[in-house]
Amino acid sequence: MKKQFIVFISIVSLILLFVLGVNLYKSQRAKNYGFLAQENASTFVRDYSQSLGSDDAKVYLVKFSDPACETCAAFHPFVKKLMAVNQGKIKLVIRYAPFHDGADYFVKILEAAKRQGKYWETLDILYKTQRHWASHHNPQPQRIWKFLPSAGLDLEKIRIDMNDPEIGKIIQQDLADAKTLNVRKTPGFFVNGKPLPSFGYEQLQELVESEMRKYY
Amino acid sequence: MKIKDKASNSDWTIIFICWIVSSVSTLGSLFFSEIMELPPCALCWYQRVFMFPLVIIFLIGLFPFDKSIIKYALPLALVGWGFAFYHYLLYSGFIPESIQPCSQGVSCSETYLDLFGFLTIPMLSLISFSTIIVLLFILKRRLSK
Repeated sequence: MKKQFIVFISIVSLILLFVLGVNLYKSQRAKNYGFLAQENASTFVRDYSQSLGSDDAKVYLVKFSDPACETCAAFHPFVKKLMAVNQGKIKLVIRYAPFHDGADYFVKILEAAKRQGKYWETLDILYKTQRHWASHHNPQPQRIWKFLPSAGLDLEKIRIDMNDPEIGKIIQQDLADAKTLNVRKTPGFFVNGKPLPSFGYEQLQELVESEMRKYY
Repeated sequence: MKIKDKASNSDWTIIFICWIVSSVSTLGSLFFSEIMELPPCALCWYQRVFMFPLVIIFLIGLFPFDKSIIKYALPLALVGWGFAFYHYLLYSGFIPESIQPCSQGVSCSETYLDLFGFLTIPMLSLISFSTIIVLLFILKRRLSK
């Protein structure tokens, strides 16, 4: 009887200790990010970073994404809806973390499309057609060219622009920032410099709403 | 009679400590991978394969105390220790990186965590497996007396 009690107490204390550790680690991490956000805002938003939304917006939603990542594609409409509901209050910043093999290729196309003023149209096309070219078993990057004309792009110019070393530098810088911010999976979200407590649609919505309550 | 009772109590305690060590190791490794999001490399997985079941096996051996637990737990601990030792050698550079088994994805030799400047994850694993093995051998000797 006594032994059972000892083991029971041990199980409970081990679990409690674990939960305590999780909370401690998470609050510590949130604090660190807050510090980073204040001291080093450029780690979250670079001058070249593509953004959407009003400059007066007080909630900055930074998304580290990969054009070839399925979850990023799945989150794309959700983020757009979130922005539509809170019009003018959210600024979306796209950063790159092309972790999939060969995903650089699509970032380059996207950045080249930016020079034609068709960034968001191209991003929509990339995500919508992703399953056709980004299959994990059989990636076929060349297939993307079939879909690009519907974004109204000058394909010849894209082919030239995408090889500009400037774009390579952007990718390198974004990857370096992703490493600094401990982004290991995509999409990696930061709302005013705060990471998601855990990954998911609701968690993102809650974090955005809590920041919204602070400023509006 | 009383002396014998005391002896069996210490035997029970030894298994209890083994169970605590394996539980702490299991929860610790889950903390590293799930909370700190450090991806476990291939070698880490092999060590986990031999550490996680020990939690259950030791717990079963506690109620009621069953000395045959040694027979079941020791082989697992020994194989796990082998992986941990190999991983430790790889980590500390005794085995050159060129012959490491996992090249894609997560590196087995890159240091992700350094507690207090000297405690690395493979070292923690090695310490856990070693402790369990030593305790089990002590118990074996006590029981064969």
